[in-house]
Amino acid sequence: MTKVDFKLIDSILEKYGCDKSKIIPIMQEIQAEYKFLPEAALMYVADKIGETYAELYGVATFYKDFSLNEKGKYVIKVCNGTACHVRKSDDVQEALYEITGMKPGDYISADGLFTIERVACLGACGLAPVCTVNGVVHPQMTPDKMRALIMDLREAERS
Amino acid sequence: MKRMIIDGISCEFENARNVLEVAKQNHIDIPSLCYCESLSVYGGCRLCVVENERGAVEAACTMVPKDGMVIRTNTAKLRKHRQMILELLLVSHRSECTTCDKSGKCKLQEYAKRYGVKDVRFPINYCKEPIDNSSDCIVRDPSKCILCGKCVRMCAEIQNVRAIDIANRGSSSIVSCGFGRKLADSDCVGCGQCAAVCPTGALMIKNEVSEMWKAIYNSSKSVAVQVAPAVRVGIAEEFGLPADVPVMGKIVTALRMLGVDYIFDTSLTADLTIMEESAEFMEKLKNGDKLPMFTSCCPAWIKRVENKYPHLMPQVSTCGSPMEMFGALIRQQYADEDVFSVAVMPCTAKKAEAKRPELIKDDERLVDLVLTTQELARMIDEAGIDFAHLPDSEPDSPFNTYTGAGVIFGVTGGVTEAVIRHVLGATTDESICKIAECGVRGLEGIKAFEITAGDVQLKIAVANGLANADKLIEKIESGEEFFHFVEIMACPNGCIGGGGQPSACQVRKAERYEGIFVADSECSLRSSEQNPALDGVYKLLRNRAHDLLHVHYPDHKAE
Amino acid sequence: MKIQSRQMLEDFRAESLKKLNCQSKQILVCGGSGCVAGGSLKIYDKFRELMERKGIKVDVILQDHVDHGDAVGLKKSGCHGFCEIGPLVRIEPAGLLYIKCKVEDCEEIIEESILGDNVIDRLVYHDNGRSYSRQEDIPFYKQQTRVALTNCGRIDAESIEEYIAVGGYSALSKALFDMSPDDIINEVTESGLRGRGGAGFPTGKKWAQVAAHKDAPVKYIVCNGDEGDPGAFMDCSVMEGNPHKMIEGIIIAAIACGSTEGYIYVRAEYPLAVLRLQKAIEDAEAYGILGDDILGSGKSFNLQICKGAGAFVCGEGTAMQESIEGKRGMPRTKPPRSVDKGLFDAPTSLNNVETFANVPDIINKGAKWYSSIGTEGNSGTKVFSLAGNIKNTGLIEVPMGTTLREIVFNIGGGVKSGNFKAVQIGGPAGCCLTEDHLDLPLDFDSTKKIGAIIGSGGLVVMGDDTCMVEIARFFMSFSTNESCGKCTTCREGIPKIQEILERITHGTGELEDIDMLQELSAVVKTCSLCGLGKNATNPVVSTLKYFKDEYIAHVKDKKCPAGVCRSLCTMWIDPIKCIGCTKCARNCPVGAITGQLRKPHTIDVEKCIKCRECKVGCPKHAIKEV
Repeated sequence: MTKVDFKLIDSILEKYGCDKSKIIPIMQEIQAEYKFLPEAALMYVADKIGETYAELYGVATFYKDFSLNEKGKYVIKVCNGTACHVRKSDDVQEALYEITGMKPGDYISADGLFTIERVACLGACGLAPVCTVNGVVHPQMTPDKMRALIMDLREAERS
Repeated sequence: MKRMIIDGISCEFENARNVLEVAKQNHIDIPSLCYCESLSVYGGCRLCVVENERGAVEAACTMVPKDGMVIRTNTAKLRKHRQMILELLLVSHRSECTTCDKSGKCKLQEYAKRYGVKDVRFPINYCKEPIDNSSDCIVRDPSKCILCGKCVRMCAEIQNVRAIDIANRGSSSIVSCGFGRKLADSDCVGCGQCAAVCPTGALMIKNEVSEMWKAIYNSSKSVAVQVAPAVRVGIAEEFGLPADVPVMGKIVTALRMLGVDYIFDTSLTADLTIMEESAEFMEKLKNGDKLPMFTSCCPAWIKRVENKYPHLMPQVSTCGSPMEMFGALIRQQYADEDVFSVAVMPCTAKKAEAKRPELIKDDERLVDLVLTTQELARMIDEAGIDFAHLPDSEPDSPFNTYTGAGVIFGVTGGVTEAVIRHVLGATTDESICKIAECGVRGLEGIKAFEITAGDVQLKIAVANGLANADKLIEKIESGEEFFHFVEIMACPNGCIGGGGQPSACQVRKAERYEGIFVADSECSLRSSEQNPALDGVYKLLRNRAHDLLHVHYPDHKAE
Repeated sequence: MKIQSRQMLEDFRAESLKKLNCQSKQILVCGGSGCVAGGSLKIYDKFRELMERKGIKVDVILQDHVDHGDAVGLKKSGCHGFCEIGPLVRIEPAGLLYIKCKVEDCEEIIEESILGDNVIDRLVYHDNGRSYSRQEDIPFYKQQTRVALTNCGRIDAESIEEYIAVGGYSALSKALFDMSPDDIINEVTESGLRGRGGAGFPTGKKWAQVAAHKDAPVKYIVCNGDEGDPGAFMDCSVMEGNPHKMIEGIIIAAIACGSTEGYIYVRAEYPLAVLRLQKAIEDAEAYGILGDDILGSGKSFNLQICKGAGAFVCGEGTAMQESIEGKRGMPRTKPPRSVDKGLFDAPTSLNNVETFANVPDIINKGAKWYSSIGTEGNSGTKVFSLAGNIKNTGLIEVPMGTTLREIVFNIGGGVKSGNFKAVQIGGPAGCCLTEDHLDLPLDFDSTKKIGAIIGSGGLVVMGDDTCMVEIARFFMSFSTNESCGKCTTCREGIPKIQEILERITHGTGELEDIDMLQELSAVVKTCSLCGLGKNATNPVVSTLKYFKDEYIAHVKDKKCPAGVCRSLCTMWIDPIKCIGCTKCARNCPVGAITGQLRKPHTIDVEKCIKCRECKVGCPKHAIKEV
């Protein structure tokens, strides 16, 4: 279980003046801190800004960027925009699932290292197909390059 | 007057909200699952599409009526689209019409029939979330939800409780209390207004009819039933009778036919409430206690105070609700008998109230079972009783007298008017007519007015709907307004619009409102203190009157 | 320093220009998302390191400029547009463009082109045996007309001084001091500028509707930078490459409408754009161009960024407003219109990034000039992003009414592999255009006539290796994922369409499925609540219209003509290409491939599980899917 630092949440809330309309940036900052939205943090925020749990949960689950589940150390986003799709991003995605031993719907790999997200266009269509690892773009991916990338990350973890 | 042509018929309108309303006023029923006159326009179900002269299709709920407009509501194109929309809804709806409690009142079922949807050509795929049975008042079945969003808007816009909202998105959308919690763990006050607007069986009143049958069929138990004032103007609609003709006499007959042993009218303890509450109020006024004093008869309001305004609890009257008081009377009167005490209420929140620990006295619940108006109607149906043609009968003695003041508890402002009648000693038609003009009557959400009682000028406010209550309290707490006495009823229009009543449009509710005052005017006695039974009641309760008639709710949320 | 008058702005401009001109040469490293992903920031760092080592005076930021004599400017520019050949480095004033640069090339570039005046031929663009050293000569650029993208790639994207030096904020000062709000609106109206976000609503008219609310205590300007269409990155490039131009347009809109508050809603997937915009806003505030008393005019305007959180539907105006208000981004019903009751229930003008980027030039050069570009009723230029199976992937700006042929073949250089088949225009709500439409002038009205939309300007080119049924399925799966779930038809209808398309691409579709697709598409189109829902089935409708034979091939013959749908393909070894190396036989996990060494191999289709391991490993590309 992730421990939530309520002082930190307080400082985020203070920055936005406990303003209900700023709930999305507030959650973005919390997520930047924990990589996901811990339930305890959200409930705390709801109480502080006067939203009900139902409403806050409704907002948090509407936007794909928010995750209520813990994420892996490496968040790999595979772009599936039209340009990437036309240049066979599905194959890259498949290779990624295969090498991480994950399947669609999994939040995190068994070793806790990886989270796979399929995103709808990273805006780097010229380099299609692309993926990002913790925000760093890897251009012109192929299944082989994907496998190599994961091996490298695993290797880096071991040493 | 503006005019538009709908299906070739000239329809007049003035300030209509949308084309859907214009059609309705002109007796053309455009189908809709997500529109509700008292809620914001959602535009979600898309069934209300209509076609203009140029063949353009638009939803009637968002279409502004304009002078000279020409539309059709039933073209071949529209019929085809509606069939497909219904088919799509049926794919994600768990249909079990033969056994569903909502059957016969389900809008989806009605429309499927109306548009001849016989075949669903896609694999059925409804929401697999389990049924939420946690609440004492409401049952939520996500597998039947069609995401019309009415419940969410009701809970937010009219009640400002916001206990439910839509979570996730797209086809994974679901109505949820958030974080996988259940209704019982949420801020839900149990008012049942969500269920009242739900077009399908996704939100239903907790059905406890079988409990009632069990008690009736149990020969070692006597069954005592009290019937709340608002029931007499709600139940009639279920049997095709007008709402403005009270049917208390038929209800009593029907209950007798069902096998109930003792039948009472809760209006009596409404009178009792007035005596106790007026005394409490005068006492507070005299002692200079913190005012306003808030009324306490609405259990959803009490729950709201506990959840949101625990600091106001000391200002809430300690009087038990009329239901609770009658429960206490029954227990005292039939102390030697094994009595199953039942209350028929317009209210779903009463189901939870009856189970509260504060309503257990002498190790026994004061009320064993609460049935809503809808459940009573169901029982009458189940017993094959032709309600409309029943003769009238009288409730049982010794609690068979009540005044008009007790009856008007069923409407917003009713408790207040009864208090005023009592405080001013108004017993004549003339004096009551005068009170009726002081500002206490009417279906507005918030009413504020002043009356003169002796040498005191009393400021009074009446609110119905919890969102209105919130607005009023905000004004009070900010110091913008001061009141001596505040009546709050959680349901729009008061108990006549309760979550346990048959669901109704605003026109119907206005009829019910009229009906209550018809019943009031038919009473020979109009002010609570005139009720001749009260002496006997106080004698019966002896020195336990205060203990049995008052409730002390904890004033802070259990941490 | 706050600029408090028009004169001060001009003085500052003159000073900035002087400083800029002091730089004897400039190295502009492309800092657009595409080139950054290709490693351009490392190149930038390397240049800096090398220049310091070699004792070349470096001017990184104009602001810190002290007169070094002949210093060399080093800066991160905005997107040049030609993403295919990135990372790009431009050398000024010669106008050289070096392509596909690597860190190792930096030293040579400095030696040859900065210290010397030589061109490194291996780093310049080559096409058809010709080399193009100057960027402007490259066919990709030569045939473009740049308005919204002017200076994008020419100036330091992070420097307000450079923007001002090249004439920035002069339109704002003209609007503030020479024009009344009505004048601004009239100018924009006369220019014929229409919303670049897709709907093509006249911008001047929208502003006039907001301005008409004279007594509203607050009005909002919202800039829609939630460019969600997959395959489109125009707005991203404008926000990253020339943020001040767009901000200038926003402030002019605010003055015209009488608004004091504004938001730029940016997709969360564009972190670089957010950073650049943030800096641009801070700089503009510091110079008195945003905030109170803009340029001493007494007018105020505050602008803030609102970062999206991953919902395509928020690109829809009313959904975006819900999102800015901190709610679930579900479209509202209309009426009321946003211009009357939009964000926080106040009158709101919502315009697209590119629309705003066009405004400064309209104010400066006049409506007549602007309407002289483009076609009747469709003034100006349009930025398109060219992606997919095309040689020159990138960002282009052409006059409205340019034909698809010019764009795809002349500027885009044609398809990269195979033959041209179709162009998907307008994103998930758009249509597929075919060879028959190549000579169609692209503008709002002509595309509408054939039932298509320009949309925000994403053009994804597809060759004959693309299966149109699969593309329709792809878009439906996109729309299923992105549907907000508010209205029945979009929420329930689109997934059903997707399911049917899944079936067809898996070879289990039937002929009746095609009728059902048409029936469902019609309901979703006519009955859905918002524009996104209404148009979501366009890819299905248009592929059914132009490529029905492909659908029939899938359901009737159980074949995928493009060889994409795996369940419908069989692996086949071309005996002419196969050299019999046995690699495929060894790679095959089920032992379906047999053959003798140095003899063509064969695949037992009964055993084959279509894992493609053989194909991936074949050194001679002899294995095909048919």
